[in-house]
Amino acid sequence: MSKGLPETRTDAAMSELVPEPRPKPAVPMKPVSINTNLLGYIGIDTIIEQMRKKTMKTGFDFNIMVVGQSGLGKSTLVNTLFKSQVSRKASSWNREEKIPKTVEIKAIGHVIEEGGVKMKLTVIDTPGFGDQINNENCWEPIEKYINEQYEKFLKEEVNIARKKRIPDTRVHCCLYFISPTGHSLRPLDLEFMKHLSKVVNIIPVIAKADTMTLEEKSEFKQRVRKELEVHGIEFYPQKEFDEDLEDKTENDKIRQESMPFAVVGSDKEYQVNGKRVLGRKTPWGIIEVENLHHCEFALLRDFVIRTHLQDLKEVTHNIHYETYRAKRLNDNGGLPPVSVDTEGSHDSNP
Amino acid sequence: MSKQQPTQFINPETPGYVGFANLPNQVHRKSVKKGFEFTLMVVGESGLGKSTLINSLFLTDLYPERIIPGAAEKIERTVQIEASTVEIEERGVKLRLTVVDTPGYGDAINCRDCFKTIISYIDEQFERYLHDESGLNRRHIVDNRVHCCFYFISPFGHGLKPLDVAFMKAIHNKVNIVPVIAKADTLTLKERERLKKRILDEIEEHNIKIYHLPDAESDEDEDFKEQTRLLKASIPFSVVGSNQLIEAKGKKVRGRLYPWGVVEVENPEHNDFLKLRTMLITHMQDLQEVTQDLHYENFRSERLKRGGRKVENEDMNKDQILLEKEAEKTFCKIKKVFQMRNTALCFQEIVGEVSIHTLQCLWPENLIF
Repeated sequence: MSKGLPETRTDAAMSELVPEPRPKPAVPMKPVSINTNLLGYIGIDTIIEQMRKKTMKTGFDFNIMVVGQSGLGKSTLVNTLFKSQVSRKASSWNREEKIPKTVEIKAIGHVIEEGGVKMKLTVIDTPGFGDQINNENCWEPIEKYINEQYEKFLKEEVNIARKKRIPDTRVHCCLYFISPTGHSLRPLDLEFMKHLSKVVNIIPVIAKADTMTLEEKSEFKQRVRKELEVHGIEFYPQKEFDEDLEDKTENDKIRQESMPFAVVGSDKEYQVNGKRVLGRKTPWGIIEVENLHHCEFALLRDFVIRTHLQDLKEVTHNIHYETYRAKRLNDNGGLPPVSVDTEGSHDSNP
Repeated sequence: MSKQQPTQFINPETPGYVGFANLPNQVHRKSVKKGFEFTLMVVGESGLGKSTLINSLFLTDLYPERIIPGAAEKIERTVQIEASTVEIEERGVKLRLTVVDTPGYGDAINCRDCFKTIISYIDEQFERYLHDESGLNRRHIVDNRVHCCFYFISPFGHGLKPLDVAFMKAIHNKVNIVPVIAKADTLTLKERERLKKRILDEIEEHNIKIYHLPDAESDEDEDFKEQTRLLKASIPFSVVGSNQLIEAKGKKVRGRLYPWGVVEVENPEHNDFLKLRTMLITHMQDLQEVTQDLHYENFRSERLKRGGRKVENEDMNKDQILLEKEAEKTFCKIKKVFQMRNTALCFQEIVGEVSIHTLQCLWPENLIF
């Protein structure tokens, strides 16, 4: 607990902490952590409750992008993650809609609510990625889109009359779908992740994991992890952003054992042992999506939604966005890009 | 039967029996001694289970020391052609099987030049055969022409990819294409049906000529006709390959063990592996024939029209070559039926009490699949 200036405390308490009165320093001291034994309940911890109420009123944004070849089950997975039809499946396209010739970016927003908390979820789909014969530079439209969102946010931030709450369209999380060949990553996967891991949080995911047996799965994951390490690709959670030991141990475990998550998605329910579960029915058995023995969907869901959702947003804001901003300001000679009667330097904290 | 002098194969029960009904036996014995040749090409992206399927089909290990390259190595690599030949022998019949693998296909970021290497390989084999055929010593022509190409379609897409369409259109006039849906255990039955229909529609839409099984002739029995009908209805075959033996329902089967069940490779309800094998075996002869009569002849006429090196041979023995071909064709037609039956027999897994030296074994009723 950090302490305030000694004068504000009662003499009795003070005499335990500070033997003699000290002159007030000219420059405010750095707060020193001393374990204070509170004599009574102050109520500081109610700030958590206040924040919670605030968040529930305002709701929050989350933007998730899905990238991968067509047919890898991206839309199904997102629908399964958020338990609602937030993504339009490609198989429901009518016959005339073919694979687009260039990569398109389609962002669809939904508001979903749970337990009084409203979330404005935007799913950004990238049809056409990796589907052509010539896939050179097919990640460029995606990189451009991500940078455009940073630019939009920057422009808003730099305004004199700023909005109270800047609408956040920046991509918080990018799920990259790896095809379950069982061999190794494809050259396109490597190139994409190399270019984009510095710009956005990438979470690699092994799609359609019901193709592989348990041994094949663990072998494949090991090989993918090794390849990513050899090429210096930092996927989320990045090692350099672990804040403390607790984070580090938790994230290390995820990084070295679970990731990339091997998932199966489904929006159909079947009866198994008397319960209704999401799954896929085949002649040789039913694959349960939320069963940890079958696939790691539950791990992915817990990771993205239940434990690291806020962290994804923070890393996007504090690191990726700041990198972009610094680059932009540098290019502009230290001045903000929008020259509409704005001050030079400012630090912003949303 | 004509009333001629009986030869040495007198069957005392039937008067007037000449004995040329034993001709097929002689043909059979000769071809058994000579052995058969078949070249199969497999094309598809890496990781679709091509090698596993080939090993499962022929119950051998064609790739004993295989190193799978990482993604970085794949960036540098171009498509390569690797031909491995293996001699399989079963019940005295030899099959010289060549499997032509195409690693690197579909791996690169830019796959525009993927199929140039493959097409030039196919043309090279035709060229070599043409050269040998028109040469002086024609006794030992080695037939390395590609008789059949298994094209592996990924089960993860929604149908054919642009690369699939472009490749098939480039080679459908040169080789028999058999489309195969790989790793079929990824799909539920409904998804499988949908994908098959989608692929067939797209094949028709782009006018791709895949290999069509010939209809069963009218003098075949009902079982065979039914079987052919079933085979035709299942194209493209969706297969699962495996060489691991798994314990299921008390016996050891080849399959894949998942936490939610066992996929049996040889169970027709699980996938079309058996159908693919049946098709390959019963139509091996037909595949060779179509390659010879259609694709090779196309190539040959194109080649000779263009001129090239064979101009001087063209007039010289053309008529003679044609006459010889006619004679050979008639003889081949007799050979055809029996060779077909023989090859089918040789790959049966179920041990039957069939004697090779009786005519009966050559009739269809005894074929078990």
